[in-house]
Amino acid sequence: MNSTAEPYVLNIGPQHPSTHGVFRVRVVMDGEVIRDLDMIVGYLHRSMEKLAEERTYTQNIPFTDRADYLAAMSGNLGLALGIERLAGIDVPERASYLRVIFAELQRVASHAMANGTLVSDAGAWQTPLLYMFREREKILDLFEMTCGARLTTNYMRAGGVSFEPPAEFWPALNELVAELPGRIDEYMELLADNEIFLARTRGIGIITPEDAINGSLVGPALRGSGVPWDLRKAEPYCVYDRFDFDVPVGTRGDVYDRFMCRMMETRESVRILKQAIAQIPPGPHKNDVPLALRPPVGEVYSRVEGPRGENGFYLVSDGGPAPYRFHLRAPSLINLSLLRELARGASLPDAVVTLGSIDIVVGEIDR
Amino acid sequence: MPAGPHQLLGHRVADALEAALPGAVIGRHVEWIEVRSDRVRDVLRWLHDSESFDAAQLSNLTSVDRHTHFEVVYHLQSLDLNHQIVVKAIVEDHENPLLPSVYPVYKGALLQEREVYDLMGIRFDGHPDLRRLFLWEGYPAFPLRKDFLSLGQITGKAVNPGLQRFPFEDKESPDRMLNAGNIVTGEREASAGNAGGSAGAGH
Repeated sequence: MNSTAEPYVLNIGPQHPSTHGVFRVRVVMDGEVIRDLDMIVGYLHRSMEKLAEERTYTQNIPFTDRADYLAAMSGNLGLALGIERLAGIDVPERASYLRVIFAELQRVASHAMANGTLVSDAGAWQTPLLYMFREREKILDLFEMTCGARLTTNYMRAGGVSFEPPAEFWPALNELVAELPGRIDEYMELLADNEIFLARTRGIGIITPEDAINGSLVGPALRGSGVPWDLRKAEPYCVYDRFDFDVPVGTRGDVYDRFMCRMMETRESVRILKQAIAQIPPGPHKNDVPLALRPPVGEVYSRVEGPRGENGFYLVSDGGPAPYRFHLRAPSLINLSLLRELARGASLPDAVVTLGSIDIVVGEIDR
Repeated sequence: MPAGPHQLLGHRVADALEAALPGAVIGRHVEWIEVRSDRVRDVLRWLHDSESFDAAQLSNLTSVDRHTHFEVVYHLQSLDLNHQIVVKAIVEDHENPLLPSVYPVYKGALLQEREVYDLMGIRFDGHPDLRRLFLWEGYPAFPLRKDFLSLGQITGKAVNPGLQRFPFEDKESPDRMLNAGNIVTGEREASAGNAGGSAGAGH
């Protein structure tokens, strides 16, 4: 009798704890080894791009909260910048600083979630995740005291931001910024040299720089492979050109490097936050923009560096009050272009941490 | 107009392409170039391999329904030279849109082309795995096409009636929402004739 087993199909999801949302994959297994992988998405599909065509530009900003619901501020910012470029709207300087502050806070919160769940996938069940949630909660508290919402912030507007942060915001922010470096040290001590974590992540899910670029990878998934590409540096928006910060990159392109990239980026975010708090000028937080906004005929592709990479908005205007075409470039979806190649020949637990290291948000994949 | 800060001017790209691939460029604009849909893979391969354009990454691929034709829009990015190139493939055949897949040049087109096929119904020749992405196989329509009516358009209860724009919009007063009686969709066709555009029908 032949001892090798027949390949079999294993279904994971759509609601498995390690799939980070309503994400389903079918894998063809040959014993312990994955022979093929097929991802099945669309369980959260709300047809945002079609709905956007019958809403005004401002009414579309809340959709960006619900696309990438772990980084609502970055989505808000990308769309607001796009509308401003399309309609030729200016932004007060203070609003630009507030945007940077909230976008960087969002990055810290999102990276905490990404790294926490990755470590959870790798076997450190819940402890590091809940440690990282501690900081994330404080950031969400800051969001709540400013705009009333923790996740679906709807904070950025064409022409500025919706609210000036309240007086109690600034002491709380300063406290958090002072506290964060120590917390990051704590995680590094806990995880960076942890033998089990290294065994689960070193040399796993390697993406070469050539593949990363050709596969349209962005964000930490690209930088983990050693490509120093960050839109905050390459195409500075808001006031990012006034801050001194570095772009951390990996060397091997494995799961560990992507994890470390996020950790280092959190440190850089703290650096940016400190400078932004020191520099922020007084003034209005929003310019008056007509409610019935009719941008001239044209199109714009606006993009920001979100926690998961290039958050792009392709807006086509026909001169009407609603966009003729609204396309959201979702880094979570496009970063999965190489998933099938990465999974082939890997074992199932390795594929799970590889997926965790790419850091997907299903709301953004499905839109 | 709203070009990106590092966007290459269409003329520069078009001039270089004209010399390398004669006949491929059919339109030029300050911000983008328009190319024949059957030559798009050659154009992108040339831009990808060219040293002076170095379009290493396909950062975005999407499509626009222009009623008479489709545009497939490629946003290309050079990471080393830090510039962006916008290429639009004009797909004239609105009934049966088909153009070559750029997957052989950019692996990042894999899911983006599937998304365009799923929601806009444009087929990509040479794509290794062209299936529906979000919707299921056999779903009868392509929702992002302009002839696909959304719920607000069918019921006439749009979210913001004062600012609504419809395919059948009244040309004289572009801000006025037409009532549902004017929207011709199968079973409503008979009532549309009776209502004749008078206010209130269908509500």
